[in-house]
Amino acid sequence: MSTSGIELTVGLTRSATQGETGMGGMRPLERPIDVELVELTKVFDNGVVAVDRVSLQIHQGEFFSLLGPSGCGKTTTLRMIAGFEHPTSGEVLIEGRPMGNTPPFRRNVNTVFQNYALFPHMTVYDNVAFGLRMKRIPRDEIARRVREALQLVRLQGFEERYPRQLSGGQQQRVALARALVNRPRVLLLDEPLGALDLKLRKEMQLELKHLQMTVGITFIYVTHDQEEALTMSDRIAVMNAGRVLQVGTPVEIYERPSSRFVADFIGESNFLRGRVTEVGPGEVTVALDGGFPISVRCDQPPARGTEVTVAVRPEKIRIAPAEAPEANGLVRGRVEEVIYIGTDTFYVVRITDETVVRVRSQNDRNRLDGGQLLPVGTPVSLDWAPDAARVLTE
Amino acid sequence: MVVAERVRPDQQILKWRERIVEVIRQREGLRALLLAGPGGLWLLLFFLLPIAIVFAYSFAHRGPYGTVAWAFTIENYTRFFDWLYIRVFLVSVWLALLSTIICLVIGYPFAYVIARAPRRWRNALLVLVLIPFWTNFLVRTYAIMLLLRADGLINNALLWLGVIERPLPMLFTPFAVVLGLVYGYLPFMILPIYASIEKFDFTLVEAAQDLGANTWHVFWRVLLPLTLPGVLAGSILVFIPSVGAFVTPDLLGGGKVVMIANLINQQFLTVRHWPFGSAVSFVLMAIVLAATMLYFRLGEGRRV
Amino acid sequence: MTSEATMPSALVLPKRRWRVSFGWLALYLNVVLAFVFLYAPIVVMSIFSFNASRQMQVWMGFTLDWYVRMLHDERVRIAAQNSLIVALVSTLVSTVIGTLAAMALERTRFRVKRLYEGAMYLPIIVPEIVMAIALLVFFNLAFTWLDRLFGLQLNFGLGTITIAHIAFSFPFVAVVVRARLADFDRTLEQAAQDLGATDWQTFRYITLPLLMPGIIAGALLAFTLSIDDFVITFFNAGVGSTTLPLEIYGRVRRGITPDVNALSTVMLLASIVLVLGSLLLQRRRTA
Repeated sequence: MSTSGIELTVGLTRSATQGETGMGGMRPLERPIDVELVELTKVFDNGVVAVDRVSLQIHQGEFFSLLGPSGCGKTTTLRMIAGFEHPTSGEVLIEGRPMGNTPPFRRNVNTVFQNYALFPHMTVYDNVAFGLRMKRIPRDEIARRVREALQLVRLQGFEERYPRQLSGGQQQRVALARALVNRPRVLLLDEPLGALDLKLRKEMQLELKHLQMTVGITFIYVTHDQEEALTMSDRIAVMNAGRVLQVGTPVEIYERPSSRFVADFIGESNFLRGRVTEVGPGEVTVALDGGFPISVRCDQPPARGTEVTVAVRPEKIRIAPAEAPEANGLVRGRVEEVIYIGTDTFYVVRITDETVVRVRSQNDRNRLDGGQLLPVGTPVSLDWAPDAARVLTE
Repeated sequence: MVVAERVRPDQQILKWRERIVEVIRQREGLRALLLAGPGGLWLLLFFLLPIAIVFAYSFAHRGPYGTVAWAFTIENYTRFFDWLYIRVFLVSVWLALLSTIICLVIGYPFAYVIARAPRRWRNALLVLVLIPFWTNFLVRTYAIMLLLRADGLINNALLWLGVIERPLPMLFTPFAVVLGLVYGYLPFMILPIYASIEKFDFTLVEAAQDLGANTWHVFWRVLLPLTLPGVLAGSILVFIPSVGAFVTPDLLGGGKVVMIANLINQQFLTVRHWPFGSAVSFVLMAIVLAATMLYFRLGEGRRV
Repeated sequence: MTSEATMPSALVLPKRRWRVSFGWLALYLNVVLAFVFLYAPIVVMSIFSFNASRQMQVWMGFTLDWYVRMLHDERVRIAAQNSLIVALVSTLVSTVIGTLAAMALERTRFRVKRLYEGAMYLPIIVPEIVMAIALLVFFNLAFTWLDRLFGLQLNFGLGTITIAHIAFSFPFVAVVVRARLADFDRTLEQAAQDLGATDWQTFRYITLPLLMPGIIAGALLAFTLSIDDFVITFFNAGVGSTTLPLEIYGRVRRGITPDVNALSTVMLLASIVLVLGSLLLQRRRTA
């Protein structure tokens, strides 16, 4: 977003009218809560539990993502916040007010739909002006606000076009302008970039993030793309099968996944099964199924004898030939596959009959000719820092 | 700019309207009743009830002076098994079937060519099919009469060419009736077949040819089975109005070709035997429903 | 046919090509003949409407006499007027109740929905003649009882015709509108609600405009069905309620005269204008 864009949008930003200064210095989690979900549950007519006792607190000005595979309930959660679905039980609170069965048109939130849902029979101008007209705002104010909103998304001059005359990226921006022009308390975005091609999606990710910082509105963003969520969000709630598994910043979610699902869904993880043999302060020793005892840092150590899974990300593992002097590794195995992808090399290492470990090794040495890759069949030793691995009890 | 131009109604009226809408919004049953009610009422009063009365009549006696006497009998149905009426029944079904088959034979290749034509021609060709179709049925039937008359264009042309010496009697024959039916309902055959061929994925033809199928095989094994829904729909759309046709046999058959509808007409308006006419009506309905059921049965089997 | 071009055997090609083009020749011939078949009768009819001779087999020169006569024919004027009145009223009513029924079927759940749906399709399937006599019988009975119970003297006329036309037209409207409604992207309505539109506003500014092409198509169909109908009108008409098809039928039964040609040609022209007009309208809307 250009600087001129930022200046022009002052009128749009909520914080400009109600205390940018007051809020600006506060860290996100200290700000007031905009949206709160309390034990929110949705059971569909066919008995499917789409959302299962979800409780979340989303703060003012946050970029909050609901992340999960398709069918995990993230879209249903969003639709309940918007008012398109009514909760079976639990409550949605917006600005502290319970919403009950309040219809969508009486909620101070706006949605950017997955397929944009632009009105095909209206021009860009009429699309953006729609919400303001419904609120019977004076005509000249509508004109002014629509102009601002279109400038914000850099679509000046497109007022008289129809949606079908726009590219996917432009349609998406119209959808954003149409929602933002109403100055909602919260903007809900349902996989808004899903229909765009990869390159445009990457561009729009950054643009969206900048836009959110400019207007200062709370964004609740639904996506199944973990990279997208990590790139843009202040906080992420990872969902699966209707439940929220973990809430945290991107770093927390990636570095300290609390469950096997999160570790697997966000990035890539190796899962090694084992049993706790020793419990120390902030550290446990786990005997892996292959027989190797390793020590793993752990905040809430489980009891001795517990069956656990140790998760370790491929890029955290150092790999070295078994006979090399520095090979005092934690685990030994044999290279089974080598996949060279330019920046990195993937090794698939078999450590027991049942278990393989994937290792991602950065090709960061000055010269790398084929001879420096470890050939298939090489006995290797694997090694990682104690705090690189996580003990998962689930 | 539809939205901007609206007149602002009085605020009070607006509030009331919103309130009413709110009530309707919350009660789905009420909403359904308001939406489905008018149509349902019309259907009940001016369709289902009349049909029910006809059904009741079909078990009644004929009273004096063409009135209906309420005493139960199945005589009206047994009477139908007279050869006189069986013949009418057979003629109707036969002529309708023949018309359907002729429509299919003409319509399928016709629809194929349109569907395969360049896109910008396709719509023009379809409009050309639609124009006679949207013309008044009576006007079209009348146009056929003009051509087939003893002093009509065809007979004149044939006489002039010396093919015949005396005008051929073409009007008031089964031939004329079938011609009229085909003329009237051909578009009913063409349109659904066109729709199914248009949807057909022609890379399948290339795949079949690649696997060694010749044109004949491609047609019978690939194209026809996959466009069969269109063929079935077209056939039922031609057969149903044909078997119940009234105007065509009346004008082009001229009393010499009697179909079921003519028999019903006769019983109601000329003979004034309403109970028998009602029974014949129900026989006609049974044929049509049987054909429809057959259509759905065949269609279901086809849906893979 | 493209796969043949890549076939290695050069010997096979010419023969196959010839056969393919022969097949296409036959197909094209079929199309040409079918068009001749579809158009010859109406074209001949139109040409002979300009024939100066009363005898129709020979061409005696061009005249507009038959058209002039038709214009001054009181019976034709009344019939046209009746047809239009019936068609306009029945189109209006059947479009409204048909659209409502379509909304009910597509947007609400109610207990007897399957039954309702089935009953709605019946008038489309049931032969015209059966519906015609059923209504005849019904009106007869209804009029008898209304007279007997309330002394209400009613008779067959434009009213009965219009009621009958609505009964067979509105299910067609419902089917057409319902198809459009089934394709309707409901997120558009949700988007409107999300932007603050109430239910009424959503219907007024989003649903109705987007449904309009379907409703117009349904109305056009209802209009054509009504203007076109002979059988049901024939059985439910009264004195002085002759419509155009009834008028033509009467004249044809009495013997073929050139003025029927003129009248038919005008009706043909009217339907061509209607079809082309509606197609242009559609194109403008989608362009």
